[in-house]
Amino acid sequence: MIALRRLFLTAVGLFLALPLIVVAGVSVNQRQSLAFPPQGFSLSWYGQIFTNPEWRNALIASLTLAAFSALLALAIALPLAWFLWRRIAPWANIFQLLGIAPFTLPPVITALGLLTFWATTGFYGQSWTAVISHGIFFVTLPLVTLSLGFSAIDRSLVEAAATMGADDKTVFRTVVLPLILPYLVSGYAFAFVLSLNEYIVAYMTVGFTMETLPIKIFNALRYGYTPTMASVTVLFLGVAAIVFGLVARFGDLPKLLGAMSEDR
Amino acid sequence: MRREPPQRPADYGPLLFPAGMLTLFFVVPFATMIAVSFFQREQGGFYTPAFVFDNYARFLSLFFGRVLAFSLFLAVAVAVACVVIGVPFTYLLSRSKRNIQIVWLVALLSILSLSEVMIGFAWSTLFSRTAGLTNLFVWLGLMEQAQALTPSFGAVMTAMTYQALPYTVLVLYPALVRLDPTLTEAARTLGASPIRAFFTVVVPALRNTILATLIMVFIFALGCYLLPQLLGRPQHWTLSVLITDQAIYQSNMPFAAAMAVFLVLVSLALVGLALYTGRQKEAK
Amino acid sequence: MSGLNLNHVTKQFGTFTAVNDVSLSVPDGTFVCLLGPSGCGKTTLMRMIAGLDLPTGGSIELGGADITAVPTHKRDLGMVFQSLALFPHLTVGENIAYSLRIRGIAKDAQKARVEELLAMIHLPGFADRSVNKLSGGQRQRVAIARALAISPKLFLLDEPLSALDAKLREAMQVELRQLQQRLGITTIVVTHDQREAMTMADTVVVMNKGEIRQAAPPVDIYRRPADSFVADFIGQTNLIPVEADSTGRALVLGRIVEGLALPAGALKGMLSVRPEDVQVTAPGNGTISGTVTFVRDLGGAIETFIEAAGQQVIAVSSPRNRPEVSVGQQVGIRLDPATSVVLAK
Repeated sequence: MIALRRLFLTAVGLFLALPLIVVAGVSVNQRQSLAFPPQGFSLSWYGQIFTNPEWRNALIASLTLAAFSALLALAIALPLAWFLWRRIAPWANIFQLLGIAPFTLPPVITALGLLTFWATTGFYGQSWTAVISHGIFFVTLPLVTLSLGFSAIDRSLVEAAATMGADDKTVFRTVVLPLILPYLVSGYAFAFVLSLNEYIVAYMTVGFTMETLPIKIFNALRYGYTPTMASVTVLFLGVAAIVFGLVARFGDLPKLLGAMSEDR
Repeated sequence: MRREPPQRPADYGPLLFPAGMLTLFFVVPFATMIAVSFFQREQGGFYTPAFVFDNYARFLSLFFGRVLAFSLFLAVAVAVACVVIGVPFTYLLSRSKRNIQIVWLVALLSILSLSEVMIGFAWSTLFSRTAGLTNLFVWLGLMEQAQALTPSFGAVMTAMTYQALPYTVLVLYPALVRLDPTLTEAARTLGASPIRAFFTVVVPALRNTILATLIMVFIFALGCYLLPQLLGRPQHWTLSVLITDQAIYQSNMPFAAAMAVFLVLVSLALVGLALYTGRQKEAK
Repeated sequence: MSGLNLNHVTKQFGTFTAVNDVSLSVPDGTFVCLLGPSGCGKTTLMRMIAGLDLPTGGSIELGGADITAVPTHKRDLGMVFQSLALFPHLTVGENIAYSLRIRGIAKDAQKARVEELLAMIHLPGFADRSVNKLSGGQRQRVAIARALAISPKLFLLDEPLSALDAKLREAMQVELRQLQQRLGITTIVVTHDQREAMTMADTVVVMNKGEIRQAAPPVDIYRRPADSFVADFIGQTNLIPVEADSTGRALVLGRIVEGLALPAGALKGMLSVRPEDVQVTAPGNGTISGTVTFVRDLGGAIETFIEAAGQQVIAVSSPRNRPEVSVGQQVGIRLDPATSVVLAK
């Protein structure tokens, strides 16, 4: 029985790992050819990401976009989640629904909606429109983690602070914010990593004026193969693994993903 | 602290920015898109305000019907494949040690966040002639000569399942973690083998969760737009691909918008269904 | 008028009345326990005193000023919550210093006060510990110290000891009472544990269904309950119907009990007799006759269950004067008018 269980888990693990292993393999090929097992060993394709101006610019564009759009998503999600936790206002739930919709619907819909919007307003192609587009598209992630975080706060802590003389603002600063911080960080992390990898919304809004890494890879794929694609993929996978690993290390990942907390 | 209704107008303050942003940059674009779907297309990629149903009328063509049928079929196939693999996998995962769970969860999240472009690229490499799986088969003596496995339906299907599986697991995870472990233990004491206990206790207890997950994964798969382009032939294109194609390459925004509106309606109906089945679960 | 005064305080949640027209006067420096079954409105009443809930009617005065509409953070209270509500992100010292920090008190003054309070709760040197690493009793003490940091006008405790085990709870009750007497602070405790209330309070306020049934010193509550609810809720009691005969004498279980009188004009009532006041004797001789149905020997006390005229009467005696009875035996019951209370039916 245990053997069967191991076999199944290993099979799924292999299915998930296989493409990544091959990509990691081709990323260290000596020459610019798609070959596996790799012929020779070279890390030059990783160097390419940083030395080749095209790839470097794409990397910078991606990182900048992810950093700012995740911040925007957080700025939208935090007051909303706080309000929904603090107040009884049933109609305000519509905004929660709006915050969750972009991520639940097929992404092409949000992408097209934003494309028509930016085209109609005449801002199409400006790089800041991508920040807003991603900020809206990924608002779901901090909204979900923050809602979870708020629901985990014992309301009597807030009452206790009030009996000790803290007004609403002071309570938020001295009690709520420190307690919500891990959820704030993980919400940012989720939005950041997903924005880094997002293709279609970025492509439809600024695809012709700005190249993020996913757009760059897609464009490069149409003209043929270069091992830099592979090295970027491995790099991004590494970034995601590190970020989520850190979230797991400093937060409660199973709880964040909907499981009940281990302690208490 | 008791939650209370807002007392003064100032209490609505925190809502101002989120509500404004979501309205301006999600509701308005959405409305714009709906409006454009009724616009008249002009030559050269322009369109003029109008109220015509031409764009929706184009749905009635045989070509569109085929694309729609294929999209739905592909999404159903992917959803079923993911749930068939995902349910037993998530069940085993939820019964593993906490540390092992965390490692798997980090891996699953990393793959889930991986760009569709990169997943497409990874699978096209794995299915290629020079660096692909077939080389392994040749080496094992199973095949005469290495060959490319793309473009093909199988390649599209495999890559989409790959992309949707982490999502499936993460959707299933909360429900399975919360499943009372004594349920299967009770079944075991009553004489059921572990596998029998899984099929006679776990699966029926999660029937509604599984149904809701099927629908969620179905919608997720409907949204797939790059993998069919990268790994399939034109006849494997889905509605999402077609929308992108019309909007960007054919510059036919009204038609793309009309298709998107249609996709929204299908998705919303399914989300509603998923929520409904989810609620049934609570009622039980 | 100083002290805390509640004037016709009412709280409604929708159509449900949680607290109904409660008036109560708490003189400075007294210890009051709000006692009652769950859902009796005692916690809601305390939350209104703290300003965490607003009354829908009536007013609350503290030290002569109307505080009904004053927000919680301006009331200068100290409150201990049922969950203790210790801030998990702050250390023991930071928790205790919280109200001082909010008021902008200088750092070294904060530190000195924290040390003083830690000494008071017998936890010196605990300032830098994490509150998550404390035992239940230690957490309890920290919550109390935190509430007392500003020397509040009013000290409120909502089921403060419910999370502790029985032994520790009893010890903390004594400690809390001694602390209150030493500081002379006006204190209100919500509890559902009558033993706790009897141990600590100057005045026990028994509540039921949103109303005060009796407010009196513990001994009076026990010896002179105001009604059958109080008599039944506080300790164990025998509630026996009593009637007036044609000459006005009290008829209990078929016998006249001399010296017992119903309120003037009342024909029926309820007699409350504590089990320890029920004397079991030989049958006859003017006693109420009954049959022993069960004897429970608890070691420290012996409970004898007697059925008399279809009514169960319980008698408790100490092992020293153990009644020599066995199940099925006919016995006599003697009630002392001095220890029996006639309540309106």
